Amino acid sequence: MLQDRDTIITAREVHKWYGNFHALKGIDMDVKRREVIVIFGPSGSGKSTFIRTINRLEEHQRGQIIVDGIELSHDVRNIEQIRMDTGMVFQQFNLFPHLTVMQNITLSPIQVRKWTKEKAEEIALQLLGRVGIPEQAHKYPGQLSGGQQQRVAIARALAMQPKIMLFDEPTSALDPEMIKEVLDVMVELAKSGMTMLVVTHEMGFARAVADRMFFFDQGQIVESGTPEEIFKEPKEERTKLFLSQILSH
Amino acid sequence: MTQANSVLPPLAERSGILRWLRKNLFGSWLDAALTIIGAIIIYWAIKGFLTWAFTVAEWEVISANMRLIMIGQYPLEQVGQLWIALGFLMFLTGNSLAIWARKSYFTTILLLASPALLALLPFGDDPRKWLIILSVTGVIGWGMGWSKPEALGRIVILGWVLSLPVFILLTRGFTPEDGIMPIVGTNLWGGLLLTFLLTVVGILFSFPLGVLLALGRRSELPVIRLASITYIELVRGVPLITILFMAQLMLPLFLPPNVTIDRVLRAMVGITLFSAAYLAENVRGGLQAIPKGQFEAAQALGLNGAQTMVFIILPQALRLIIPILVGQFIAVFKDTALVAIVGLFDLVGIAKTVLAQPDFLGLQREVYVFISLIYWVLSYGMSYLSQRLEEKLGVGKR
Ligand SMILES: Nc1ncnc2c1ncn2[C@@H]1O[C@H](COP(=O)(O)OP(=O)(O)O)[C@@H](O)[C@H]1O
Ligand SMILES: [Mg+2]
Repeated sequence: MLQDRDTIITAREVHKWYGNFHALKGIDMDVKRREVIVIFGPSGSGKSTFIRTINRLEEHQRGQIIVDGIELSHDVRNIEQIRMDTGMVFQQFNLFPHLTVMQNITLSPIQVRKWTKEKAEEIALQLLGRVGIPEQAHKYPGQLSGGQQQRVAIARALAMQPKIMLFDEPTSALDPEMIKEVLDVMVELAKSGMTMLVVTHEMGFARAVADRMFFFDQGQIVESGTPEEIFKEPKEERTKLFLSQILSH
Repeated sequence: MTQANSVLPPLAERSGILRWLRKNLFGSWLDAALTIIGAIIIYWAIKGFLTWAFTVAEWEVISANMRLIMIGQYPLEQVGQLWIALGFLMFLTGNSLAIWARKSYFTTILLLASPALLALLPFGDDPRKWLIILSVTGVIGWGMGWSKPEALGRIVILGWVLSLPVFILLTRGFTPEDGIMPIVGTNLWGGLLLTFLLTVVGILFSFPLGVLLALGRRSELPVIRLASITYIELVRGVPLITILFMAQLMLPLFLPPNVTIDRVLRAMVGITLFSAAYLAENVRGGLQAIPKGQFEAAQALGLNGAQTMVFIILPQALRLIIPILVGQFIAVFKDTALVAIVGLFDLVGIAKTVLAQPDFLGLQREVYVFISLIYWVLSYGMSYLSQRLEEKLGVGKR
């Protein structure tokens, strides 16, 4: 199957089982370059599993996933290439606690992209400026607040100059007063034209920058559409119910 | 801690020793009785020991045999080589303290002054001279490190990497009989020198081997995993002494008749193989403690398996288990004493030689007390230094 030039992610009939448990039941999704996608749905519906199949943190067992013209298969070189082209931000930040902020950011550009240390550090400083914490480069992650840590994690992912950014509930582990500082960075990133897949329940963010939204339930896409369509006139009962639950507080 | 100390308790609580005694030692009748009985026992033990140590014990056995205890039958004319080797280590120690432990004044003074302090003991004139030179070398090394810490860092690391080969080369010598440093057969190595070399070689070689075995145990390749598990479980299932016997008695059966492996080398191999299996299990524990998210973040950044291990997982896992590792290194140090049973002359082996001399028959107590003291001082030293290191690295915090 070929991908047209505007499409950067194609998922066709993607299935995933954990043992006997059917976690993804035929997911279809096409993502265009520069698109911002928001994925939402109840806990356990397969949102994390799905975005983790895109950079092969989870292996799918049936169907097809193509990222920027490269099909995810057992070929290790394909996986390496796709991981270079996708950045990921996790709910729990997953910074490397034994490395400074600077080392966290430059490790992979130096080791994988084979940049010089000088070049990597220069870009790291730019990125730290972009996420609003230029003065923290030589601290350790444990010395930063949650919001600062998550912004370092975003800078770390961006340092590889990825074509796609995956976010798995990036603000769910944060104290309320820190959510905004992270969302601001993500909004700026979205406006700069980055292709983004974001699992989140921050509907304000979705309304502001999402191009399309996907509602997941029980391993399937129940409904998709623009934020306009989803918020104004959701077609499915399940979507309505879920939205009313999360918007009520 | 600092916070707790900064607020002083009310005056009544601070009235000193008496209050502390009453609270901790004489809180109830039972406490008081136990305290008194304990004090009596301690008093008798200490009094007995001191009386023996100062009136009965014949410490001449130690001073007369100091050289044997330290280096065994190592030829007297070549002892200079050993001092030079020690000087090299002292120099590096001085460098390293100045570069990486600038503020640890107490540790620095203790380490650099220890040879000079030893010179106060009855070692004889020649060793005394060398001991003082050692301290001076250490101080010179410290001064150099202090003045150029950035420039020297890498060279000092290289120095440490080379230190064991250099030490062994100097100990063994490398020229024929009439050259400048004639070869000294390992059968003449003994005493603390041999114990030291067995320990250092055992630790240095078992460490990488243990890490590899721990990684092998987690490998996705069944052959490697199975081989690692088999090795670890086999070795952990037998006592070290049987491995040493096998290395000494059975290894020759598997080798062609004209190939002989040095007895000391065989013991080193035995100790290394034994220690590696235990290390592997400790490292495995450290690896298991690293959260899955660390692996995932590394993968998502495009690092391959080897890079993930080297840069992300192992540094964290090893830091986590420093206290356990040091415990195991101390155990290796003490376990080397078993080589005496297979006929090597380490500290314990040499003790038997000393006691076999007609002049010193029946002085077991003096000799073994002294040897125990050496073991204790060095074990405690390792433990103390590792605690300083842990504080510096912030192990257990963060
Ligand atoms: N490693 C795993 N092993 C077994 N089951 C898993 C594993 N990871 C996720 N699951 C299950 O798959 C389902 C989907 O999980 P997930 O994708 O994490 O959901 P979501 O992110 O939407 O909350 C859940 O029921 C979860 O229990
Ligand atoms: Mg999830």
